[in-house]
Formats: sequence, structure tokens, C-alpha cells
Amino acid sequence: MPEPLIFEVSRPGREGMSLPACDVPPTAIPESLRRKDLPLPEVSEVDVVRHYVRLSNMNYAVDVGLYPLGSCTMKYNPKVNEVAARIPGFAAIHPFQPPGTVQGAMSLLCALQEMIAEIGGFHAVSLQPSAGAQGELTGILIMRRYHADSGDERRNRILVPDSAHGTNPASTAMAGLEVVEIPSDARGNVDLVHLRANLDDRVAGLMLTNPNTLGLFEENLLEVTRLVHDAGGLVYGDGANFNAILGIAKPGTMGIDVMHFNLHKTFSTPHGGGGPGSGAVGVVEKLAEYLPGPVVARRGTGEDARYEWREPSRSIGRVKSFHGNFGVLVRAYTYIRMLGAVGLRAVAENAVLNANYLQARLKDTYPVPHGDRTCMHEFVAQGILAEAPGIRALDISKRLIDYGFHPPTNYFPLIMPEALMIEPTETESLETLERFVDAMRAIAKEAVASPDLLHDAPHSSPVQRMDEVKAAKELKVTAG
Amino acid sequence: MSFIPNTDADRAQMLAAIGVDSVSDLFRDVPKEHLFPRLVLPSAVSEQEILAELDSLSRQNADPGRTPCFLGAGAYRHFIPSVVDFVLSRSEFYTAYTPYQPEISQGTLQAIFEYQSLIARLTGMEVSNASHYDGATATAEAVIMSLNVSQHQRKRVLLSAGVHPHYRAVVRTYTQGMGLDIHDDKDTEATIERLAVLCDSQTACVVVQCPDFFGRMVPPSTITALAQKVHACGALLVVAVNPVSLGLLVPPGELGADVVVGEGQALGNALSFGGPYLGFFAFRRDQIRRSSGRIAGETVDRAGTRGYVFTLSTREQHIRREKATSNICTNQSLNALAAAVYLVSLGPRGLQRVAELCWHKAHYAAERIAKLPGYTVDTAEFFHEFVIRCPRPAETINRRLFDQQGIIGGFDLGQEFPGKEHEMLLCCTEMNSRGEIDKLVEALEEAGNA
Repeated sequence: MPEPLIFEVSRPGREGMSLPACDVPPTAIPESLRRKDLPLPEVSEVDVVRHYVRLSNMNYAVDVGLYPLGSCTMKYNPKVNEVAARIPGFAAIHPFQPPGTVQGAMSLLCALQEMIAEIGGFHAVSLQPSAGAQGELTGILIMRRYHADSGDERRNRILVPDSAHGTNPASTAMAGLEVVEIPSDARGNVDLVHLRANLDDRVAGLMLTNPNTLGLFEENLLEVTRLVHDAGGLVYGDGANFNAILGIAKPGTMGIDVMHFNLHKTFSTPHGGGGPGSGAVGVVEKLAEYLPGPVVARRGTGEDARYEWREPSRSIGRVKSFHGNFGVLVRAYTYIRMLGAVGLRAVAENAVLNANYLQARLKDTYPVPHGDRTCMHEFVAQGILAEAPGIRALDISKRLIDYGFHPPTNYFPLIMPEALMIEPTETESLETLERFVDAMRAIAKEAVASPDLLHDAPHSSPVQRMDEVKAAKELKVTAG
Repeated sequence: MSFIPNTDADRAQMLAAIGVDSVSDLFRDVPKEHLFPRLVLPSAVSEQEILAELDSLSRQNADPGRTPCFLGAGAYRHFIPSVVDFVLSRSEFYTAYTPYQPEISQGTLQAIFEYQSLIARLTGMEVSNASHYDGATATAEAVIMSLNVSQHQRKRVLLSAGVHPHYRAVVRTYTQGMGLDIHDDKDTEATIERLAVLCDSQTACVVVQCPDFFGRMVPPSTITALAQKVHACGALLVVAVNPVSLGLLVPPGELGADVVVGEGQALGNALSFGGPYLGFFAFRRDQIRRSSGRIAGETVDRAGTRGYVFTLSTREQHIRREKATSNICTNQSLNALAAAVYLVSLGPRGLQRVAELCWHKAHYAAERIAKLPGYTVDTAEFFHEFVIRCPRPAETINRRLFDQQGIIGGFDLGQEFPGKEHEMLLCCTEMNSRGEIDKLVEALEEAGNA
């Protein structure tokens, strides 16, 4: 049964909260300033609690089961993170408190900057960007500013592989630069011929997702970054897939000049139903002064260490109010401290192991065009079944819901028809992976025997397939 | 602990199925000389140890929960009903991703749809998106939307000096590659009327904040007159606003604003040292296709049951790539959820009451401070924040307040505005008791003495 809108359960006179009496002499409020009405719902606390608990029951989540959404790294979110971010000395502090009154928070930020720099092989890190897309914009603006400072105003092109996330070209366009798409070769790598052909003195840089969105490590990575550097360009690393190489390799030592980290993917902070996240950005030494500020600087060591805000001298400017998504940063700090160097490497090893296991177990049932290669933390299968020509990736995805799983990312990357991009993460057990394999194989059989079972799926969810055309046509985006 | 369930036996079984000898074999594409670098990190600790470490770090912070605090300046301390964190702690909300599969995401989608409805009603606007990162980025996205509306024919942006300095900075950062002429008025005394004069046929938008960064309120009639001038020029009027003030004050939507944005933190979100927050973004329906950000819309499923989906995704980066209206691909769902739970818990009378408490407490404080020798209150009309001029530099006053009385004072305007070193922006909310305010007044008097 659908849950009524909160506006529909409103009854005049109900209240959901009590407030203290005014303890100061009141000051008259001019009538001309007052609004005439405020049409918010009137509900009691029990109405609020039941409404949101019932809504929550209509959601699938990592805490419910496997969420193999490729490139989203839906790993388990440790509960200690939630406790950590809610410690009053973190949750209640104001961003404009004088530095002397927030040394604990600033020392945490400083340590996190240093740990992320060490993990990525970078010289400096800004924790300010709020999400991956904002980290990308930050990185592109840094590249743009660096070239402008070098008098290279002509460099206004960013090369973007065709397998890239849509945010890459969108961030480039926002920065006022031009996108040049580079195709992938037969093995899923950046096509070196096309890359060379486009490398000239108009190139500001290359945006590279590595491992890429096919789940493949760029086999010619050192060659690619060398070519771009030789042409005077910079290399941007999209860190969306960093979980695969955590502790395995450092992008900053392999020719990546600037990279964002998705703390909400790699470092276990929850996705929150679509945010908040954090898109911390790391850079090599020559780009350090371009980072968004302020960053935290340490003076002195050990017990005498003091922390202060520092504005990088050539900063592109702030990308956000205050100091970044601190609550998210506390969670990421907690995670990194609990894992240490050995634990972080184990994360990548098991994430890659789990993905390769699924690839090995599924490639006889579903086409995996790059299945001859070892994948990284994810792989791309195709929702194409020779004996069931009417079945599409979408049908398989929706049927997975009936088996109690979240579907993989479908129809991305765009270069792969009927893509099913599968990322199990390291926090899933062998038994869970086996159940997923069983479900995928069962669905392949159903696709042949009773295709309508797939076309009409899901059958077990709170609602069935939605009419998205009606939504876009009628555009009812607020309650009446 | 690394939260990995695989055992050695599991790994052996999996490697056999893959057909490789060891886990290292899976990384054969990584250049050898870069494989398995040494990571110099602190040693791993247990849950018990990390919580002790964090507790110790947190104790090095003065916590406004226990220390009287009069800071505002864009982030506000309000009482958060217990029900808010209860809902946020439902892991069906916080461990879900952005709702790509509407059939199993109706909880998030309906919550966002309701959030949009609440924000539209609060701001007096027709529609709202699912939220941006914060008030600053919502302001920048509003500027970019105005450029889209002008089809990039107009390059002029008028930013009032009363807009939060961080919002103005982010607008500049976001648009630095767009070749704009941003009129960023450095004169903090400039009036709205003077800004209106500058609006012309090249202007894409005019951005004002009300109450402004310095706490000043602008009469509704002045905003209405500005809107008329801006519209006569074919530009958009963007108004940044404090959402709690809208429990009491006439909303910008009734005064002719085209886009209403702001920092949503004050609605049920913890201060958390500056984030995560949410930027609300409400606008007129006829501009929906030029807007940025996710938008939930109502529809039906195959059985005709009402439900919700993200709609108008053809504006977005995953479809339009470099032609998208913005690069944003998520919202601040959990923070928007907090704002929605806060608003429905308070209801119309509760939010009005919170706003009135803020008003009365701030006016009481200002009245008392105005009587102190050496101090003046510079803000004539305000909501819950006002500027005082101090007999000594605000930094000195703040240090004395904290060191001698354990009070966190106001925002030292000299930090952002050279020449205003003697000015302090003070904020009072329902969290400041009369006792705290009286103590502040006494401490200010003492700190002002040489």
C-alpha cells in the first residue's frame, strides 16, 4: 500500500515538537515583515516517526543486502563511523570558531590530508570538495589555472576517453574548456593512436579513470601519462575506482598529477541515499599552491604541534563554504585508522578477488567482452542472451530485485551495449557471491522459459516499474 | 579490522575458480616497479582504541553544546528534535545510494519529493530541486542557471556585497572559465537601490541575500522594486535567504524572486564544523528545464499505484555529458531528509516560534550591548544577527571572552573584510538562554576595558 504524503496526514492543531518559553522581554515584530501563512503540515511526533519508518521500509540498502552497483563501491559502512561523527566535540562545533578552540578537529583534518596524500602518492590534499563531481571540477580548474600561469592560454582542450563517467565532460565544460573524446581500443585501453593524434599545444590535459569503467587497469598507463606530459599536458585521475588499487599502487607516482578521492566509496562513508559525500583532491608538488583553500597546516611536532588555516598562494578559490564535509571526513579518518596500511591493501585485494570470481562464474552465462583479461574491482557483462532475444539488460536488472539483490549499474559505460557493470566490493562473503551467481543463472534460464517474468519484473517490490514518461511530461514535482 | 568476510579457505577456493595461483596475479597489469608500494601510515587500531583516540581529539575542541556561543555567519546552532537523528539513523536511508532503481527506492524518492514540496512552500516558490551541496554552491548553480536562461548571451552578474563572502567566492571559483563580468561590490554599505541601477540588458542575474551576511533586513517593498527592475532588464533575481527566518518573514517568492537559494543547515542539521550541509534551490516552474540538480517527480507504476522517480534527467551529465546544465550528479539526500523531518516536526507554529525566539533573544542582546560604554550596534533592522562595533579589535575581544569567561563570541568581520577589525557579527538563537546573553554582555563590558 502506498504511503500517504506527509501533507495528507496533516490535521490542523497537531504538533510534533515542544519549545521553551521566551525568557527575555519580547521585542515587537513589525506586521509588514510577517508572512501571512506558512503551509507546512501539522503532524504529531508519532505521525512523523511512522511515516519515515514506513518510507525507510520501501528502500533497498547496503545494510539489507548485496548492492553490486558498478563504479559506486557500495561497500559496508562500519557502524563505528556513525558513532565517531556524532561525538559532541565534533558534531556541535561551529566552523568559525577560533582555531585555538578547535585544535582537535584541525589535527584530525591535517592527519587525514597527510594519510590521503600518502595513500595516493601525492604531495598535498584539499579536503574541501563535497563530492566526486566537485573534485573533478576542482581538478580541471587547477589544470586550467596552472597553464594560464605558465602563459599557456592556448591550452583549452581536455581529452576524455569515451568510457568516462558523464561528469568528466560536464566538469570540463563547466570549467570553460573543450572536450575531445578519445576512443578505447579493442582491449579496453585508451587508444594510443588517437591519443597521439590529439596531443598538441592546445591540450590542457587528459582525464583518466583508472581502473577504467570497463573495470580494466590501463595496460599502457605509464606510456599514456608520459605522452601527455611530453605534450605539455597534465593528467587528471578520476578516483571513482580507486578501491581497486588501494595500497596496490600510488597514482601520484605513475604520472597522475591531480586526482579526486571519493571518500564515500573507497573510504566507507555511507552514500546517504545520494549524498553527502566527499571528493578530496590530491595533487603533485607543482600544483599544490593551486588547491582550494583553506587547508590545514601544522606548526611544530608532537605535543607542541599547533594547527592553523593556510590559503594556498595560487588557489583556484573555494569550492564550498567552510572546510569541507567534516562529518564525512571524520568517518573516513576512522576507517583509515582502523585498517592501516595492511588493511587497506587487503581491501583492494579482496575487492578485486571478489570481482574476478564473479566474472569467472558468470562469463559462461552472460557475454563479458573483456573476460579474457583480469578485471579489477568490477567488470562489465552484457545483458544479452542468445536464446532470449527479447530480453534486455534492464529486464535482468529488474528481475534481480525479485531475488533480493540490488541490480548492477546498467547501460553504462555507454560504449558497451546492454551493459551490466558489476562491482561486488570486498565486504561481501563467498556465500553472498554464490547466491548472486545462482540468481543470475536462474534468471538466464527464466529469460528463455518465461520471458514475461522478466519483462514484468520486479514482482516483489513496493511498486512495479514506473511510468517515467508520465513523470517527465506532467512534471508534478511538488505536492498539490 | 578491515570488514572483509573472506577467509583464507574462501580465497583459495576463489583463486582456483578464477584459475590463478595467488591474489598478486590479479594485479599483473599494474607496472611492476609501482606494485605494492610501502604505505607509511599509523598502525591499525581496534574500534575501542579509535573511539578513545577520537574522544581525546574531540576534547581539544570547545563544544558549543557546553560553551555559550554567539557565532552565526552562515551556520547556525538550533535545537534538533530527537526524531531527526532517529530517522537519519535508519540505515535503509543512510546506506542506500542515489535512487537509480525507483522500485526499491521509494523511501528516498518520496522523502525527496516531500522535501521539495516543503522547500517550495517555505520559500514561496513553485518548485524546488532535491538540493545542492550547500548554500554557496546553490548560489553558484543559480548564477549558472541564469546564464542558461539567457542562452549564454548575457555575461554580467551583479553580486551584492551583502551576500555571504563564501558564496561570492564560490560563484567566482565556479564561473572562472566562463568569461563573466562579475560585479562584486566591495562596498558593504551599498544599498539594494544602487545595485538595481547597475542592472542592464547584459545582466544575467542579480544576487542578493536577505537578511544579508551582516544581518541586515531589507524591507519587502525594496525587494519587490528590485525584482521589477531586474525583470524589466530581462534578468533573474536570485535571493539567498536564511530558512529559519522564513518561519516569520515574508518569503522571497512573494516578492518576485526567480530563484531562492540558501544554506539549509539550520533546518535540523548539526553544525559539524561546517559540513555536510545542504543548499536548497527553489525556482519558478517555467525554468525547470534550465535548472540544475536532481528533481523527484510523481508518477504511477504499471498497476497505477502512485510513486516517485527522478525526472528530467535529460538535463543531466549522464545523458547530456558536456552539454549538461551542471556537472552535479547527486544531491545532499540525507541532509535534505534531516531538513524535511525538522520542518514537519516543527510545523508552521513550531518554525514560527523558533524564529520568534531568535528575534526576541537577538534584539534583547542588541539592546543591552548598545548601552555598553564603547560599543555601538550598527545594524538597525535585523532578524537574529547584528554587527557591533567594539572599543578594541574584535579578535582581542573574542580572545578575552573565551579565556576569561569561556564564551565563544561573534564572527570577527576583520577576517573577511579589511577595515572592519573592530566589528563583530553576533548571533542569538533559541539556544542562547537569557543567562548566557547577560553573561556575554557583562563579559563584553569587561573585555572592552583597557
